[in-house]
Amino acid sequence: MFKILKKEELGPGMILMEIEAPYVAKSVEPGQFVIVRVDEKGERIPLTIADFDREFGKITIVFQEIGKTTHLLNSKKEGESIVDVVGPLGNKTEIESFGKVVCIGGGIGVAPIFPIVRKLKSKGNEVISIVGYRSKSYVFWEEKMKRESSNLLIATNDGTYGEKGFVTDILKKVLSSNSDIRRVFTIGPVVMMKAVSDLTRDRKIKTIASLNSLMVCGMGMCGACRVMVGGETKFTCADGPDFDAHVVDFDSLAKRLAVYKEEEKVSFDNWKESEKV
Amino acid sequence: MSINKIQTRMKEQLPEERRKNFSEVPLGYTKEEALIEASRCLQCLTRPCINGCPVQINIPGFIKAIKEENFEIAIEIIHESDLLPAVTGRVCPQEEQCQVVCIMGKAGEPVGIGRLERFIADWDLERRKKGEVRLPKKAEPRGKKIAVIGSGPAGLSCAVDLIKMGYEVTMFEAFHTSGGVLTYGIPEFRLPKAIVNEEIAFLDKLGVKRIFDYLVGRTSTIEELFKSGFSAIFIGSGAGLPQFMHIPGENLGGIYSANEFLTRVNLMKAYKFPDYDTPIKHGKRVAVIGGGNVAMDSARTALRLGAEHVYLIYRRSREEMPARLEEVIHAEEEGIEFLLLTNPVRYIGNENGLVQQVECLKMKLGEGDVSGRRRPIPIEGSEFKIDIDQAIVAVGTNPNPIIALTTKGLKTGRHGEIWADENGQTSVPGVFAGGDIVTGAATVITAMGAGRNAAKSIERYIKGELT
Repeated sequence: MFKILKKEELGPGMILMEIEAPYVAKSVEPGQFVIVRVDEKGERIPLTIADFDREFGKITIVFQEIGKTTHLLNSKKEGESIVDVVGPLGNKTEIESFGKVVCIGGGIGVAPIFPIVRKLKSKGNEVISIVGYRSKSYVFWEEKMKRESSNLLIATNDGTYGEKGFVTDILKKVLSSNSDIRRVFTIGPVVMMKAVSDLTRDRKIKTIASLNSLMVCGMGMCGACRVMVGGETKFTCADGPDFDAHVVDFDSLAKRLAVYKEEEKVSFDNWKESEKV
Repeated sequence: MSINKIQTRMKEQLPEERRKNFSEVPLGYTKEEALIEASRCLQCLTRPCINGCPVQINIPGFIKAIKEENFEIAIEIIHESDLLPAVTGRVCPQEEQCQVVCIMGKAGEPVGIGRLERFIADWDLERRKKGEVRLPKKAEPRGKKIAVIGSGPAGLSCAVDLIKMGYEVTMFEAFHTSGGVLTYGIPEFRLPKAIVNEEIAFLDKLGVKRIFDYLVGRTSTIEELFKSGFSAIFIGSGAGLPQFMHIPGENLGGIYSANEFLTRVNLMKAYKFPDYDTPIKHGKRVAVIGGGNVAMDSARTALRLGAEHVYLIYRRSREEMPARLEEVIHAEEEGIEFLLLTNPVRYIGNENGLVQQVECLKMKLGEGDVSGRRRPIPIEGSEFKIDIDQAIVAVGTNPNPIIALTTKGLKTGRHGEIWADENGQTSVPGVFAGGDIVTGAATVITAMGAGRNAAKSIERYIKGELT
C-alpha cells in the first residue's frame, strides 16, 4: 500500500499528489514514470513523476481527471492509500551540458517537464521554458518553473494569461531569434508534440518527445505501448519514453491512444452511476 | 484381474458448455478413478518415468502410495521434488516427459501420471484449506539473506528450497501478485488462480518474504541489492519480451501480443470488465498467430470472451505444432478454426486505425531446419484475406532485457538470455539464474528444475565450495 501524503488541486480537475514510495524515490531520475493501480479492481496506468524527495521517500504525481481511473484516484483523500505504485520505469532523460535548450510543456505535461528543466539547469544549460495551458485557471507551477528556467514563456489558448495561442506560436519566435538552440524537450498532448517536432525538424534541432502511450505492464513484457519510431516498432516503456521526435509516428500513436474510447466511456458512465447511488 | 490397457478417462466440461465459461476444463479424478489408474502402474524395475521427469519425482513411489491409499505419504514423496504439484499436474507436458517412456505405453496407453499427481495435489490442497498444514522441516537459521527475483515457477521453487536450507529469503516481484506466468499467462480454465494462490500461500507459511511492485533493474540494481545485505541473488525473471513478426499494420488497434492479451484477461481480470477496470476488445472474428500452448490459450480465451470465429493461423502443419496435443484437441473440440500452412503477411486497418483484415499466404513444407521441423515455404500468388476485428500474436517471447541491461558484467546470449553454467551460476559472482531468462521460453517444470538446481548451487556458493 502506498500512502497519499499530500493532495492539492492545481487547476480544474488537475490534481497533485505526493505519495510515499521510498524505493521509487531512491532511484528515480527525471523522465521516468510509475505505474499506478488505485484499488484491487483497478487498471494499471502510467503517470510521469513530476518531482521527488529522496530523503523523505516520496514522489509527486500530477494528473488530469479524465476517465474512471483518474476520477477514482482523485476520490482518494490525504492519508488514504492506493494499492500499487511501481517504478521508476522507463529510461531517464538524457541530460548533458548542451548549451541553450528549450523545454516545452503542454497542460498537465508541464509537471513532468519540471524535473527535466531543473536537471538541465544544474548541468549549466540555459533553459528557455515554454508552457501552454487552456486558460488562466489551468496555469500551475509558474513560480517553480520560473525559478529553474532562464526564461519562462507562457501561452494560453484563450489569451486569459500570458500570450494568446499555442506553445508553438511562441516556439516559432524563440527559434527565429535564437540560432544557437542545441536541443528541444517536449511533453504534452500528441498534437502539440507533433507540431513542435514539425517546427524543429527543418532547422535540424534534435527534439526529444516523452510519449504517453497506453500501457499495461510498464516493463517490456506486454507490448501494449508499442509505437513506430523511424519505421521500427519500439516499446515506450522499455525503449523510451523519450524518443527522437522527428522520427516518431505521432499519427499512429494518437490512434492507438484512442483504441479503448468506447470502453473508457462505459467504465466512466458506470462509475458515475455508482457514485450517484 | 487384467490391467486396463487404456488410461482411466478424466471427466471434462463438455465443449459446448465450457466455451462460454472460464471454469476449469478437466475436472480431476475421483478417489475411485485414481485408485484404478494407480493400479495400472506395474512398479517396473527400470522406472524410466523418473528420468523422464525434469525434477525426477519418485513417480512409482507416489503411485504405489496412492494405490495403497496412503495419500499422505504420496504427497510427501512428490513434495520432495516438486512443491507445486497442483500446478505441474495440470500444465506439464507429461505425454512427452514421464509418460512417453512408461512401459505401459508399449502395449497400450501409459499410466496417467499427471492426472494422479493432480489428484493427490488437490487432495492435499483440500486438506490445507481445512487448516491441516504440514510444513516441511527447516534447517537451522544460517543468518544469510538471499534475494530471489521473479516469483514464477523458477523463483518459487528456488525460494522454497533455500528457506528449507535455513536461509532468509526475500522474493521480489514486479507485478502486484506472485506466480509469474502461472498468474498472468496460463488462463483460469487451464489453471485456476485459486490453486496457484493456495500453493503460493505455502511460501508465506514457510516464511518467505514477498515484496511486490519492485522491478529489479529499475527500482534497484543487482549491485544495490548486494549492498543492502544479500549474500546471493537468484534471477528468475522469465521470458517477458514478446516477439512480433514486424509485418505491415502490426501496430493497428485490436492487435495484441499474447502476453498483453493474456495479462489483461488473467492478471487484470479484463473478462470481468467493467466490474474490473482493465478493458479488452471482445473480438467477433479473431486471428491468433502461432501454434504453441500460448496460441491455444489465447484462442480459447478469445472464444470465451464471445468471439464467433477464432482462426488459429500457423505456418506449419498440425503435426509440427509445439502445443501439447491435449491443448490442440481441446481447442479443436471448442470450435477453434485451424488455418494451417498459412502465414500472415500484413494487416489492413480502417481510418480509425483498427484492424479489419489480415492478409495471409499459403505455405508448403520443405526440408527440415535447425529445429528438426520441416521449413515452411511460401506458395507464390496464394495471398488471401480474412476479415477480422482482433489479432493476437503468439509467436514466442525473448528474455526480458531489463536486468541484463542494468547489471555490469552479466553475460548474455544472442537473444538476450542470461548466460549460466550447469550450476546456474552467471558470469557475476553470487548471481545465479534459471528458467526462461536463461533458456528462452520453455515449460513450467523445466523452470522449476532450474530453480532447485540454483538453490543447491547457492548453498555451495555460501559454503565457499563454488567461486
